[in-house]
Amino acid sequence: MSAPLLEAEGLVRRYTMRRGWLGRPVEVRALDGVSLTLERGRTLGLVGESGCGKSTTGRLVLGVEKPDEGAVRFEGAPLPPPGTAGWRALRARMQMVYQDPLGALDRRLTIGAQVAEPLEIHRLGADAEKVAALLRSVGLRPDHADRYPHELSGGQRQRAVLARALATDPALLVCDEPISALDVSIQAQVMNLLAEVQAARGISLLFISHDLRAVRQVSHRVAVMYLGRIVEEGEPDAVLHDPAHPYAQALVSAIPHPGRRGRRIVLQGDPPNPAARPTGCAFHPRCPVASARCVAETPALKPRPGDGRRVACHVAQGEIPAGQGIAAPQLREAA
Amino acid sequence: MAGPLVEIRDLTVSFDGIPALRGVDLAVGRGEAVALVGESGCGKSVTWLAALGLLPGKARVSGSVRLEGAELLGAAPATLDRVRGGRIAMIFQDPASSLNPVHRIGRQITEALRLHRGMDGAAAREEARRLLDRVGMPDARRRLEAYPHELSGGQNQRVMIAMALAGQPELLVADEPTTALDVTIQAQILELLQEIRRDTGMALVLVSHDLGVVAETCERVCVMYAGRIVEETAAERLFTGPAHPYAQGLLAALPPMHGPRRPLAAIPGGVPEPWAMPPGCPFAPRCPKAAAACDAGVPALGAVSPGHRAACIRPFAPAAAPVRAPELQPA
Amino acid sequence: MLRFLAFRLSRSLLTLVLVVTFAFVVLRLSGDPALIIMSPDAPPEAVAAFRRSWGLDDPLWMQYLRYFTAILHGDLGNSMRDGRSAIALVGERIPATLALTLPALALKLGLGIPAGIYAALHRNSFADRAVMLLAVAGFTVPSFVLGLLLVLVFAVQLGWLPSGGQDTWMHAILPVITLGMGGAAVLARFTRSAMLEVLGQPYMRTALAKGVPWHVAVRRHALPNAAIPTVTIVGFMVGSLLAGAVVVESVFSWPGVGRLLVVAVANRDLAVVQCILLLVAATMITANLVVDLLYGVLDPRLRMGAREAA
Repeated sequence: MSAPLLEAEGLVRRYTMRRGWLGRPVEVRALDGVSLTLERGRTLGLVGESGCGKSTTGRLVLGVEKPDEGAVRFEGAPLPPPGTAGWRALRARMQMVYQDPLGALDRRLTIGAQVAEPLEIHRLGADAEKVAALLRSVGLRPDHADRYPHELSGGQRQRAVLARALATDPALLVCDEPISALDVSIQAQVMNLLAEVQAARGISLLFISHDLRAVRQVSHRVAVMYLGRIVEEGEPDAVLHDPAHPYAQALVSAIPHPGRRGRRIVLQGDPPNPAARPTGCAFHPRCPVASARCVAETPALKPRPGDGRRVACHVAQGEIPAGQGIAAPQLREAA
Repeated sequence: MAGPLVEIRDLTVSFDGIPALRGVDLAVGRGEAVALVGESGCGKSVTWLAALGLLPGKARVSGSVRLEGAELLGAAPATLDRVRGGRIAMIFQDPASSLNPVHRIGRQITEALRLHRGMDGAAAREEARRLLDRVGMPDARRRLEAYPHELSGGQNQRVMIAMALAGQPELLVADEPTTALDVTIQAQILELLQEIRRDTGMALVLVSHDLGVVAETCERVCVMYAGRIVEETAAERLFTGPAHPYAQGLLAALPPMHGPRRPLAAIPGGVPEPWAMPPGCPFAPRCPKAAAACDAGVPALGAVSPGHRAACIRPFAPAAAPVRAPELQPA
Repeated sequence: MLRFLAFRLSRSLLTLVLVVTFAFVVLRLSGDPALIIMSPDAPPEAVAAFRRSWGLDDPLWMQYLRYFTAILHGDLGNSMRDGRSAIALVGERIPATLALTLPALALKLGLGIPAGIYAALHRNSFADRAVMLLAVAGFTVPSFVLGLLLVLVFAVQLGWLPSGGQDTWMHAILPVITLGMGGAAVLARFTRSAMLEVLGQPYMRTALAKGVPWHVAVRRHALPNAAIPTVTIVGFMVGSLLAGAVVVESVFSWPGVGRLLVVAVANRDLAVVQCILLLVAATMITANLVVDLLYGVLDPRLRMGAREAA
C-alpha cells in the first residue's frame, strides 16, 4: 500500500490579534496540534463550529499558509514553501472550493474563460473541447461557457467553481463549506456531484462543514474539531451514531430531527473564544461531565480501550469517572 | 369559537412589477406555532414583512392581513406602530446587524418598553434586566450597558428575543432566527423559544429553510414555493406523508443520519425566476410526476384530508408513491 | 486613552517636521530670494550683502539647522520684504480669512447635510434628483469659475453686490457663497449615500418592527450611524479653514492668509511661506485628531479599551 495522499502532523497555527484599536496584542491559537491522514480516493469530513480551526486546517493543508509548527506531507513528500516553483506545480494537484460560489468567480469573465484559466496557468492547453468536457463532467452544458456568473443559479455557479477546480486534474480537493450557501434542494445536487466526481476520478476530498448530515453523506472518515484540536475521529456512523466525546455528543444531539421533541443535550455558554483558551481540555467549561483533571491536563487524541475509537477525553477514555461539570466562575464570551 | 389571531388573505407583493408573493392565505390561531418553510426567494420572509408593513416603499402589496378582524394593510402609521413590537413582534436572521451598533443593549430594550408599556427610567431598566434574565443572559444587569459588538451572535439573538418580549406580544414572528448561529447555539435558542411559548402562551410563526428546525418547533407547517403556499399540514404529517411533490422532494433531498448512504434524491433544476414563471404549476418543470394537465393552470390549495391541504392536481397517493420518511427516532 | 493620545501626538509632530523640511527644501531649490527681492539691476555687492545678512550664503544644511532651532524656540523668522516677524504678518491676516471660511463652513453644514438627509429620505423623488443634480454641478465647477460667474451676475450685471475688497459685510457675501457651495455639494452627496446605506441596515428594520415611528427611527437610529462617515468629511473641511480660501481670496481680492501666501510664494518670502504652511499643517493635523477622537464618541466599536464583556 502506498503512502496516504495527505498527512498532517502536529499542525499549530498562531495569529496575533489586537483587541480594540491599540489594544495589547493577544496570541490566538487557531490550531493547536492537528494531525490527520487522508487516503487516496477517500473523503475526510471535518466538522465543528465557527472558530474551531477547520478552515485554517484547510489552508495549511493546501500550503497557502505555513504552519508555525508541524508539517504537511503530500504524496509522501513535504510541501514546498509557498511561492516557490515547486509549490506552484503542486497547486495544480490540490484545489479549493469555497462556500460562496459568486464570490469565488470573477463576475466580468465568462464561465468558459474561468474554467480555462487554470489550464493556461499550468500550461495544460486550454482548448474549447477541454472546457466543454469539464463543464459536462459537472453537469453543466457546453453552452454555459459563454455565460457570466450572474446568469447562473447558485447551484450552477458551484458546479462552475468545481469545473474550474477539476481543470488541472487535482488529486486533492479541499471543500470549505461548499454547500452551506445553497438551498436544500441544490445541496443534494452538489453532494451527489462530489460523490460522482470522486468515483470517476479517484480524487481525495477534505470536506469542511458544520452540517453533520452532509458530512455523513459524503465522508469516509469524520474528525470533530473544537478550539483548534481534533477531539474525536472515526468512521462516520460510529462517530455520529455513538459519539464518544461529550462535545461530539452535544453536536450530534443538536441536529434538529423531525419528530424529536426534547431529550437534547443543550450546551451552556457560547462557542469559545480562541483568544481565551481554557486550560486543560478546552471544552471543560461547557462540558457536563468535566472534573478537576480536565482543568489541569489536556487529553490526548488516542484510541480508546475497547473499540479503538480515537477520542481526546479523559472520561471517554475511562481514565476518570464522569464528573459533574466544572462550574466556571465566569464563562468567557466570544467578543 | 373566536376567529384566528392573524388572518392573511390573498396577499400579493411585487417589486418593480416583478411578483414575489402570488397570493398567500394563512391563518394563525392564538398560541399556535406555525412554520413557513421554503427555499430562498419563495416568499416566506416577504409574507410577514408585508403583513407588518416593513417592506421598502417600492413594494406593491395587495390582499388583506387582519389582526383579530382589524385590517393591517394600509392602516394608519400610528396603528401599525402600536401593533409592531406590541401585539406582533419580529426577530430576524442576523442578530448582530439587527441591533443598532451605536446604542447600548439596555437602551434598545427600554425603547420598546417605553413605546408599548409606557415604562420609563428605573422601572424600565429593571424590567429590561428581568427580560434579559428571562432569555437566559448571564450577568444581565451588566449586559444592559454592553454594546452589540461586545456580545456573541447567540447572545445578540437573546437580546433580540428580550426586546421582542418587551411588548408582551401575542405573536412572535421569528425569521430564520438560528440560521446565522452555530449548531449548539441554535439548539439553545430553539429551546428558549419553546420555553417562552409554554410560559406565555404566545403564538409563534417560525420562518425557516430548515425542515429539521421546523419539525421540532411547530405544530403546523406551510411549505412555500415560488411565492405561494403549496402544502399546509400538521408537522408530523408533513414528515410521514407529504402530499406535494415539492415537499416530498425536499424531504428526500435531506441526507439521512441512518441507513446506507446512497446518492440523494435531489430535485433536478432550480427554482424558476420570478419573471419567467411556467404557465401552470410553478413546480411542474422539476416535478417527477408532472403531466400535461399541470401546465393548464396554477393548482389551488385543496384539501387532501382533514387539516391537510396541497396545491397539486395529483397529490400524494400512498400506494403509488412511497416516500422515504427521514428517521423519526432520535439518534 | 493616554497611550492613544501620545501615539497620535508623536505622529502629528513627525508630520509637522516633515512639512517644515519639505517646504524648506522645495522653496530653497526653486529660486534665489535675493535675486527676486532685490531689483534685477542691483549691484552684485548689494545682493551679496543681502545674502549674508539673511544667512543665504551658508551651506543648505546649516541654514536648515538654524531655521529648525529657531522654530523650536518659537521664532519663525522675519519677512524678507519688510523685515517684520512672519508670525505677526500671518497672524493679522487670520481674522480676515476666518471671516470668510467660518460662514462658508456654516453654509456647507447647514445646506449640505440637510439636503443630503432629505434626498436620502425621499430617494428617487424629484427633490432627490434635483439635489443630486445641483450637487454634481456644485463640485464639478471649480471655485474660480463659480466666483467669476457670481461676480459677473451679481456685481457687474445686476450691481447688487461689490465684486471685491473687504470694506463691509456685503463684500463677504459672494466669496462666502463661492466657498460654501462646493463643500455643501460634497457634503450633500456624502450625507445622502451614508444615510441610504444606514436606512438599508437590518437594525432600521428592527427599530420599525418594534414599533418605533418612522421619523423617530430616522432621528434616533439612522442619524447617529450616518454621522460616523460624515464626520470625516466635516473634519477635513474644518482642517482647511485657514488654507481653503487661497483661490477665492485672490478672485475677490480679499486680504486674507490665502492671498498672503500667493504673494509670499511669488516673492520667495521664505519665512512667511513656511509660517503659513506650518499653520495650515497644524490645523489639518488638529482637525484630524479631533475627528479620530470623535469617532470614538460616535462609534462604540472604535472606543478605546472597550470594556471587556466578561
